[in-house]
Amino acid sequence: MPQVTLTVNGKSHTVEVEARTLLVEVLREKLRLTGTHVGCDTSQCGACVVQMGEDSVKSCTILAVQADGAQVTTIEGLAAADGTLHPMQEAFREYHALQCGFCTPGMVMSAIDLVKKHPQGLSEQEIREGLEGNICRCTGYHNIVKAIAAAADVMQGRTPELARAG
Amino acid sequence: MYDFAYHKPSSLADAVKLLAEDPDAKPISGGMTLLPALKHRLNMPTALIDLSGIAELRGIKREGDAIVIGAMVKHFEVATDPQIMAAIPALARMAATIGDTQVRNRGTIGGSLANNDPAADYPAAALALGATLITDRRQIPADDFFVGMFTTAMEPGELLIGVSFPIPEKAGYAKLRNPASRYSMTGVFVAKGPKGVGVGVNGAASCAFRQKEMEAALAANWSPEAVANIRQPANDLNSDIHGSAEYRANLVTVMAKRAVADAG
Repeated sequence: MPQVTLTVNGKSHTVEVEARTLLVEVLREKLRLTGTHVGCDTSQCGACVVQMGEDSVKSCTILAVQADGAQVTTIEGLAAADGTLHPMQEAFREYHALQCGFCTPGMVMSAIDLVKKHPQGLSEQEIREGLEGNICRCTGYHNIVKAIAAAADVMQGRTPELARAG
Repeated sequence: MYDFAYHKPSSLADAVKLLAEDPDAKPISGGMTLLPALKHRLNMPTALIDLSGIAELRGIKREGDAIVIGAMVKHFEVATDPQIMAAIPALARMAATIGDTQVRNRGTIGGSLANNDPAADYPAAALALGATLITDRRQIPADDFFVGMFTTAMEPGELLIGVSFPIPEKAGYAKLRNPASRYSMTGVFVAKGPKGVGVGVNGAASCAFRQKEMEAALAANWSPEAVANIRQPANDLNSDIHGSAEYRANLVTVMAKRAVADAG
């Protein structure tokens, strides 16, 4: 069986997998990092989004063997060791950017990549378009957009524009 | 999905050799189409040949009056590459509308062209711009490359290594996205270049095609009005729960007008 070495949330893991094993299966079933969800399993809903190298990707549509050697960050890898939340997680809490919470890990991971790829800041429209690959079936997008706008300000060192977020 | 062997060659020659040795092996680039197909067990390859370790398939360069894009270049790179944005901005804008961010971070231009999904974006651009598809053994004009639904002129074991787009004077693209799947219901890419005017249509039929009546009209008068009264025959267009052939035929005209406006 193929052997795959991944650095997940800063820790190196070597696991044996079948060639057909998906990255999300390794994360959830081998490494027991169950914060990454499988929603649609067809690369549409975005519940499985993780950061791989420089990019956010859908871990349900990548083979573990394709991720060999990669640096992967999952939702579990965002908070500091002392439990301090990542600014994006904090903003999701502050703005109540979730209802059932199933899509939340993917939303947070996509949102962080979105903010990183727009160092000059994001308009509300850009946030909404940037979330195209993440589906919230509670349809609670409004607070998610507010949270991302607020977190972007914090991550990029601006004073949060509460008026805009409101 | 069924299990398979996995190979990750580091040279084009090794990849071609692996494909030649095993007719039931399949190349995988970004996997954004292939992996969902494998999950549905629509395909049972003996092996996947991962092309991501091959340097010859990467890179975007300007060669004379053309932009040459390696097969493994991702949609995100096409959308954000300064050379493409300067030379063929419509191509970069098109790439920015494929799938979603995460799909664009994995999916490749070569994978899309070689798969030739009827609703894929790039084939219309390749036809309109008069692109040349470069494989491990020959060069194929876009007009000869897209043969039919999910079918190209490539032989079994032949590998797409890149695509060369002549730089147009102007080009534009417009599509109507299916509100649910976000695939193109009908998209039209228009280009005015050294070889004349090209109008490529995707999403409407079983394979992307050129709308030659519109090409002639735009060659005489480059304006949205020039195509406003040209009706695409509905005979060979797709008809499904999302739209009738007549609806798509109308979209060809509407999207052509918008694409010309987009080109300016």
